[in-house]
Amino acid sequence: MTPGAPSVAPELASTTHELRLDGRAALLPGGHDARLRAIEECVRGGGRLTFDDGLFLMRTPALHRVGRLANWVREQKHGDRAYFVVNRHLNPTNFCVYDCKFCAFYRRANDPNGYRMALDDVRRMVRDEFERELTEVHIVGGIDPKLPYSYFIDLLRVIKEERPDLHLKAWTMIEIEWFARISKKSIEEVIDDLLAVGLGSCPGGGVEVLSDRVHAEIFPDKLSPTQWLDTARRVQEHGVRMNATMLYGHIETDEELVSHMVQVRELQDATHGFMTFIPLAFHPAHTELAHLPGPTGLLDLRTIAVSRLMLDNVEHIKTYWIMQGIGVAQVALRYGADDIDGTVVEEKITHDAGATTPFGVTRTELIRLIREAGRTPFQRDTTYSRAAPV
Amino acid sequence: MSTATSSTALAPLQSILDRVAAGVRLDRDDGLALLACEDLSLLGELATLVRDRKRPERVVSYIVDRNINPTNICVARCSFCAFDRLPGDPEGYVLSHEQIFAKVDELLAVPGVDERLLARGGVQVLLQGGHHPKLGIEWYEELFRALRARYPKLHVHGLSPSEIVHVAKLSHLDVATVVRRLAAAGLDSIPGGGGEILVDRVRRAIAPGKAMTDEWLGVMREAHAQGMKTTATMMYGHVETHAERIEHLLRLRELQHESLARPAAPGRRQGAFTAFICWPFQPGGSELELPRSGANEFLRMNAVARLMLDNFPHQQTSFVTQGDKLGQLALFFGCDDFGGTMLEENVVSAAGTQCLITIQQIEHCIRAAGFEPIRRNMYYERVDA
Repeated sequence: MTPGAPSVAPELASTTHELRLDGRAALLPGGHDARLRAIEECVRGGGRLTFDDGLFLMRTPALHRVGRLANWVREQKHGDRAYFVVNRHLNPTNFCVYDCKFCAFYRRANDPNGYRMALDDVRRMVRDEFERELTEVHIVGGIDPKLPYSYFIDLLRVIKEERPDLHLKAWTMIEIEWFARISKKSIEEVIDDLLAVGLGSCPGGGVEVLSDRVHAEIFPDKLSPTQWLDTARRVQEHGVRMNATMLYGHIETDEELVSHMVQVRELQDATHGFMTFIPLAFHPAHTELAHLPGPTGLLDLRTIAVSRLMLDNVEHIKTYWIMQGIGVAQVALRYGADDIDGTVVEEKITHDAGATTPFGVTRTELIRLIREAGRTPFQRDTTYSRAAPV
Repeated sequence: MSTATSSTALAPLQSILDRVAAGVRLDRDDGLALLACEDLSLLGELATLVRDRKRPERVVSYIVDRNINPTNICVARCSFCAFDRLPGDPEGYVLSHEQIFAKVDELLAVPGVDERLLARGGVQVLLQGGHHPKLGIEWYEELFRALRARYPKLHVHGLSPSEIVHVAKLSHLDVATVVRRLAAAGLDSIPGGGGEILVDRVRRAIAPGKAMTDEWLGVMREAHAQGMKTTATMMYGHVETHAERIEHLLRLRELQHESLARPAAPGRRQGAFTAFICWPFQPGGSELELPRSGANEFLRMNAVARLMLDNFPHQQTSFVTQGDKLGQLALFFGCDDFGGTMLEENVVSAAGTQCLITIQQIEHCIRAAGFEPIRRNMYYERVDA
């Protein structure tokens, strides 16, 4: 006790708030609290939240109640673990014929800032620059019509020749569908070709928001929501595991975000092929949507938490710090995320859109940040089949 | 420490929760337990409870201000600082009155800054700089008089306690006289800069040339006694222990208790702290080689401060060191004010950290968090309605 201080601070004494713990807290106006309690009971009882529940969670001011519940689910599934993978991104080309308003990475044909990596350069890069500690390469690029189908197959082959130990997480559904078109093969035949040269899994990008309205408005050239879901289903049914992303913080509504989560959840019920769900924070700078403010920290954190609560059948929720920012990512480890992607030595797409996060974080720094969040760092492989504390 | 949320892990905190709910003052041990608590959403919920009591309206305020650092020449030699230059350094500077006026004019030219805002004290300059070995009280008196003559309604928030102690020593005056003379010349309020950690062990280690704990608090006590409002800061995440952080908060709470108990002089405001602001040490360019303290720690520190400083009316978020995203999230961890718009910042940016954002961005962050942004003056009076 401070000398001379009263035992009750007079300015605090008049409260009538009731404070309890673990879903028993009551700090909210009427009706709201009852709804939150019902949701908390549902989740703790192993039930499934509805679309309306998800929408309520996206809008309630009770950030900490939502986060607390998401954290409970996260700890039920993964305890104190915070997973990370030592990986590297490879963006073989930035030429792209698709016109997506949220993208600052793509270049049109003849743009002097466009690039296209020759396979020899890829080989040299893998040989000379890829650290021994890497376990995964994340490979995505533009839709570049100058590159033949064989390039995309050979690129994987070249990397595997140099580093057979690496897991190749390559090509989004957008690219897989493009490959099918230019090769006049089926999705399944394309997957067979890729598996033959060492494809390990598929990244979850390119889906953006599963909404026909948003699709028509800002990424009309890419697969429609129905096409993306169909392609993802076929890829997964053909034995390839993958992730799913969700680009938020642009023109989408709360309803569209929750609907996206529900659609991914429904496909997962059928396929069980999604490993991780990754909310991606939109970065407006240098895009055609540069007039938008982009998501705030609250939306970042809430999206992580609500994703954890809605996607009860997806094992992992990842915070991608390159886009959310290293600070939000660290906090997210207590608001529903169990995986933090960050050991990225080189990352181009978001930095073209003005991301001010550092280009890479060292393994030591990442481990320190995980520990500071009160989590135990677990280094994993791509499919989470091997994970060990560091 | 195991962090899986279970009722047993939370049991030791239950008594703290009960006391926060009942409005009972927390003690040193409570502060330590809260600083060790890894359950961030719990801390956030508790801090929000107190924040909402302090400010039941769904508003978050900010003040239109700018930073002016009149000199970077400094003999204090703090090991965490990347801004300071020793006398004789070619990069050292002292701004002329004209240069300072030009900076004020920039502030007055900001869209939305008008006579009405000015008349209500809603336009402020934050004047802080180095401990220059030759700038005594006359230099500051002349500057404040010149500012008052040219901009009679501008609010001058300036000279942290350590600068005042420095000026007092340089001019062979006592602190009370320095405060009185500066106030007479045009100083309106005193910022809490240089608070760092108010424990002499820490100050000797990182800021031996600055005011020690009792001197720093002494300036604030004197300013409060003279009816002046001041703020308090804390820079954590360097050589201090958790116990020293709590000691810092308790010293501030004690002084605030004392100041609030003193009746205001007739016709004057009651002198007291208006707000607390904390930020982590920013490594880079300074002598201290330490890892950067992270986001969880920033939010936790804010929550613990809000819970311990029960007699502080307001708490500011530090978007300049943390960026807009965490700056906003701190509103859920006890903060109810976005601080000043800054326009220019030279001290933390010298250490490689600069996250200045526009007024529009500040208002967007506040709105997106579910609050109404309002403009205030140093007395936390609304000036935009």
